[in-house]
Amino acid sequence: MHQSNTHSPEVTFHHAPAGDEQVKRIIRTTVILSVITLIELALGFTIYFLHKSADYSHFLVLFIKGVIVILSLAKAFYIVGVFMHLGDEVRNLIMTIVVPLLLFTWFIAAFLIDGNSWLNLRNTDAGHRPYNKEQQQVVPKDAKKPGVE
Amino acid sequence: MATAATSDIKWWAGGRSPFNVEYGKLMMWYFLMSDAFTFGAFLISYGTIRFSQNYWPDPNHVFNAFPFAGHANLPLAFVSLMTFILIISSVTMVLAVHAGHHMDKKGVVKWMAWTIVGGIAFLACQAWEWTHLITGEHMVLIDGKVQEIGTTVSRNPWGAEIPGMIHEGHQVTKTGPVAFGGYFFGITGFHGFHVLSGVVINIIMLIMTLNGVFDRKGHYQMIEKAGLYWHFVDLVWVFVFLCFYLI
Repeated sequence: MHQSNTHSPEVTFHHAPAGDEQVKRIIRTTVILSVITLIELALGFTIYFLHKSADYSHFLVLFIKGVIVILSLAKAFYIVGVFMHLGDEVRNLIMTIVVPLLLFTWFIAAFLIDGNSWLNLRNTDAGHRPYNKEQQQVVPKDAKKPGVE
Repeated sequence: MATAATSDIKWWAGGRSPFNVEYGKLMMWYFLMSDAFTFGAFLISYGTIRFSQNYWPDPNHVFNAFPFAGHANLPLAFVSLMTFILIISSVTMVLAVHAGHHMDKKGVVKWMAWTIVGGIAFLACQAWEWTHLITGEHMVLIDGKVQEIGTTVSRNPWGAEIPGMIHEGHQVTKTGPVAFGGYFFGITGFHGFHVLSGVVINIIMLIMTLNGVFDRKGHYQMIEKAGLYWHFVDLVWVFVFLCFYLI
């Protein structure tokens, strides 16, 4: 079991499964990553074609984007777990890397909520008027003429 | 497998590394964790600004060109190519690390060389894409006049279309949010700089392998550390690809 390519009395190296088994695992992971990327692209094109029709479902687009985000996280899991061999490390090491990354849940939520709040302030003059959807899309009427010859 | 063999070892009793890794490799992991937060901060800041805008350019519209394809509308095509180049170079890197585990010098040299080729190919793609964005000019209405501008950190031609306004056969748009160019060039540039430094590190590792440095040392740990960095670059691209091109 112990591969004896130890070069230091403090560390034993037998992280990755030996030989063909590991090559098989690399190939399997490559296929998984490629397939996930292709699915992401297919979903990206779905959004592209949905955007072409005038009255597409915003909820559907948001849902597809959510699926793409989850698929990307799956890719990250495979890259870190298999290619970077984190899955083969000692559990304590895995935890010192992964647990601090949980801060991202706060990081992402807090700042996207902040951005959204900013949008609301912008569209309502900081709460001084109700939100008017048309107003955001109106092109200044007088801007149309000077540019056209 | 590894856990079955190691579960009865007293990791914290002294005399051995509690994480069973060499110092340099452990520090590489912590560096990459901090780098993840740097990239995370950039991408989250981009998300915050994007959430705060009523209008944001559609990536399928902005990134729809392909080298030598003229004005053909090919959304997502070029960036898919870049993504696959980076995935494949990540695979060749992990194969180099694997060859290193078996002290297979020839294998390490072969796979490191392919990894370097992949990295250079990716950088070339990015150079083309930047050039295309900066020099590709579009009709935009600025101060009541139609002007032709490219995408830079201070100008964004990807605004909303002005209905019915055609100039010399081209649809005229408003200017888009300025932050678009800054974030795009800033984040893909920072990532591209990581790729560049990764290529340089890989070239140094290749030269050291050819000179037999690792054979003399008796292990290929350095290849593993360079590999960690290279995979991280691929990992970041997954999220750059997600945030800028897919959603």
